[in-house]
Amino acid sequence: MSSTLRQLTPVAAFFLLVLATPFLLRHDYYYLSILTMAGIFAIIVLGLNLLLGFAGQISLGHGALFGIAAYTTAVLTGTYGLPLAVGAVSGVGLTALVAMLIGMPVLKLKGYYLAMATLGFGLIVYIFFNEAIGLTGGPSGFVGIPVLEVFGFVFDSDLSYFYLVWSMVAVALLTSLNLIHSKYGRALMALHISETAAQSMGINIARHKLFVFVLSSVYAGIAGVLYAHYLNFVAPSSFGFHFSVQLITMVVLGGMASLWGGIAGAVFLTVMPEFLRFYENLEVIIYGLILILCMMFLPKGLAGGVCKLLSNVRRRFGREP
Amino acid sequence: MITRILFFALAVMVFISAPAAKAAEPIKVGAVLSVSGPASFLGEPERNTLLLLQDKINAQGGILGRPLEMIIYDDETEVNKAVLAADRLLKRDRVVAAIGGTTSGNTLAIMPKFASARIPLVSCAAAEKIVKPVNPWVFKTPQSDRHAVIKILEHAKSQGYKNIAIITVSDGFGQAGREVLMELIPAHGMNVAADEIYGPKDTDMTPQLTKIRGLNPDAIVCWGTNPGPAVIARNRVQLAMDTPLYMSHGVASKRFIELAGDAAEGLILPAGRLAVADQLSEDHPQKAVLQAYIQEYEARFNTEVSTFGGYAYDALTLIVEAVRRAGEATPQAIRDHLEEIHGFVATGGIFELSAEDHNGLDERAFVIVRIAGGDWELVSD
Amino acid sequence: MDLASLLQFLASGLTVGSTYGLAALGFTIIFNTTGIINFAQGEFVMLGGILAVVFMHWLDPGLPAAILLAVVATTLVGLLMERLTIRPVRNASAINLIIVTIGVSITIRGLVMLFWGKDTYVLPAFSGMAPIHLLGATIIPQSLWILGIAVVVLALLKGFFSRTIFGRAMLACSFEPRAARLVGISVERMVMASFMLSAFVGAVGGVILTPLTMTSYDVGVLLGMKGFAACILGGLGNPFGAAAGGLILGILEAFGAGLVSSAYKDAIAFVVILGILLWKPSGLFGVPDTERV
Repeated sequence: MSSTLRQLTPVAAFFLLVLATPFLLRHDYYYLSILTMAGIFAIIVLGLNLLLGFAGQISLGHGALFGIAAYTTAVLTGTYGLPLAVGAVSGVGLTALVAMLIGMPVLKLKGYYLAMATLGFGLIVYIFFNEAIGLTGGPSGFVGIPVLEVFGFVFDSDLSYFYLVWSMVAVALLTSLNLIHSKYGRALMALHISETAAQSMGINIARHKLFVFVLSSVYAGIAGVLYAHYLNFVAPSSFGFHFSVQLITMVVLGGMASLWGGIAGAVFLTVMPEFLRFYENLEVIIYGLILILCMMFLPKGLAGGVCKLLSNVRRRFGREP
Repeated sequence: MITRILFFALAVMVFISAPAAKAAEPIKVGAVLSVSGPASFLGEPERNTLLLLQDKINAQGGILGRPLEMIIYDDETEVNKAVLAADRLLKRDRVVAAIGGTTSGNTLAIMPKFASARIPLVSCAAAEKIVKPVNPWVFKTPQSDRHAVIKILEHAKSQGYKNIAIITVSDGFGQAGREVLMELIPAHGMNVAADEIYGPKDTDMTPQLTKIRGLNPDAIVCWGTNPGPAVIARNRVQLAMDTPLYMSHGVASKRFIELAGDAAEGLILPAGRLAVADQLSEDHPQKAVLQAYIQEYEARFNTEVSTFGGYAYDALTLIVEAVRRAGEATPQAIRDHLEEIHGFVATGGIFELSAEDHNGLDERAFVIVRIAGGDWELVSD
Repeated sequence: MDLASLLQFLASGLTVGSTYGLAALGFTIIFNTTGIINFAQGEFVMLGGILAVVFMHWLDPGLPAAILLAVVATTLVGLLMERLTIRPVRNASAINLIIVTIGVSITIRGLVMLFWGKDTYVLPAFSGMAPIHLLGATIIPQSLWILGIAVVVLALLKGFFSRTIFGRAMLACSFEPRAARLVGISVERMVMASFMLSAFVGAVGGVILTPLTMTSYDVGVLLGMKGFAACILGGLGNPFGAAAGGLILGILEAFGAGLVSSAYKDAIAFVVILGILLWKPSGLFGVPDTERV
């Protein structure tokens, strides 16, 4: 009972923080829209963390999976005027289907070879977005994606979209927490440490890997749908190799195998550039240096850094707070 | 007694200066430009130009007695950041009008935000989609690709060319050019002999040119921005091809001639008059505007002016003109008066705006130039 | 399609492929001593080209001297990178080190942008631009320079790794760092040497490329990605495989663009790479079971 409580306390705190954020920011809609973007990325990163942090499988194709969902709902609702629900469900569904078809052959590869194969997949999808002009609008982008509407409620304000995105982050977080504390989660971690040992314990490696890969693609798909209907515009450049690398950076910087870390990584890397704008020409350099220093001095990421800080504080005060 | 006089004097001063302080509240104009990232060759001169104009206007007493305050954001050529920057201009800075984006993609992405906020936006991007169909709140200053293509095809026709090969870059600029070329080449009674694509970062286009050479067209039209077209010009020389090569106005900068070197000799392209300002006849209405802009820009930034900075020059001077005509700086008044600007001489051409035409330029805004001796040579005006 | 055109595609593929191959060689050298992929490899190539341009304009010492200076300076950047960002955290996990190299690549790009802007630059060709005609195809002398130097670099590296004590010690680190240490090899020194060597190879690639393809602060991103693809295709850790992978990738792109579709040429190349990886999960010339991540 107490262990459940200990798990639930941070989740509840997280909910309160999300609820309070717009008031803390005094309804500064600009920061709210950046945090909305960060929340969308956090959803992908939560899924990617299950794959990379827990199951130990890298993917440089999640930017493309994110894009498939965004373009699917864009085309279905924008070009064909289908209902939003159809767009959203098909967007997520198609992403999962593509992930399954790609995952089955590709997940046999290991390490850098897997990275290359997923990168190649991402690149092919990216080229398709650029060249299938009749369908996607080509390099200059797809205009005219309708505003999200659920049961008659129109999400056209930054505040409502902020709450929508962050409640999806909460759902994704709870789902992931449940998963990693289940038998399945332990099997994944075993797989990360040693595939051979996991196999000898009777874990079906191929199926487990594929499951996590598809699950993480569902996260990316949900994020893609939210993204398309938030910006009401998509262009291929948002879904390229660069973005996939940035997603991996968010996972690692936040803290591998720490779900909270993943959210922190996504928020940190999305919000930081806004504060660096002040430095103009030095912005890129400072961004790079912060990345280097974080990785050098916080080997377990932001989450690891915070944990260490907390335990230091506890030791100093000599008791559990 | 003296204190009372002083107090009275002070009170009078406060009384007098209060309305003056209110009148001197700045007019805020925003801009979302791609100052860094792949389109920085466009966005950087645009930003510089806006800073130059801001200082010049304020030194001359501002607009309607109020100073002009430019708020410029860099979107790093990323569409997400463009949308966020547009949000910031609209929701936090509360600008009365805005300039940008630099690229067609970014403009198309931010347009709906400005339209629903009812703030006029003057884009520095060329795509026709921006002003066709007309969005009441959106204008653009660069000449349309259509006009550049018409200029090229008129020249090609005068040379008797029939079969035209095209090679375009796979980004927004190339895509827009390709669409217009595919439409207008047949409309001018010519054939599209080949339709090749190259990537914005590609470094060798000999395979595409080899393929084109095999089809033996009368001329080639290349649509892209640096450095791709310079590579194509060099590859053409490497392959010892003598098929005439037309470039787009996207390379109408001295940088292109430097990059392509000897391979640039003899290439023909449509360009705004900025490139050939000193070759214009003395009585050309644009000559004075262009020469002043060139001189001021080069004096301040110590670098060569480019036509792209001119897009921002025209955008801001049009907005300022609209404010002056309206006598007030409200978004609605600026929008309404932008549509009424006629015969306005600027760097890109002579603007004839109306409710139906939010660009206000046609193919007369371009001249055909040939590259000769490492410089532009005016072929036809 | 006539023979001349096919030859032209081949010439294009070999030239472009050599540049991918040189980038791939750099990846291989660092991978062999550290087990990580250095995302700043493309930036070494970029630095070679940009610095050569900078030295040409700044000191005007003539092309050969400018090239030499650029290569030396980039090698020093490799040294600095190892000393400042890799050695202090050498026991960190591979993925952390990789993110560090991403940070380094961003910082290098930022610095170049700060000092020399975002313009594209070009170097004069080593021996003119007059094309050489060969069976109906034409090649410019710079392509021959690129091919020739790539072959020389590959041969020298092969000799270095198999003939010299130093090179063999570096290889030993890759197989079993602890055993290497036991036999008295300083793994730190080897890692440092590998960063310098890989920066050197990258810079050589950069300076021979620039007269043909031009350069700007951001060319490293694409070259890095293609180089990575090339060394995975050839099999990680094998210098010969890396070079071969680069050539294959270049040729695939050239023939894809010439014979199938120039819009989809990169997609064609990557579909083939995916196919090869599924057929041979450790690349064409790789040793199976190189599980490192």
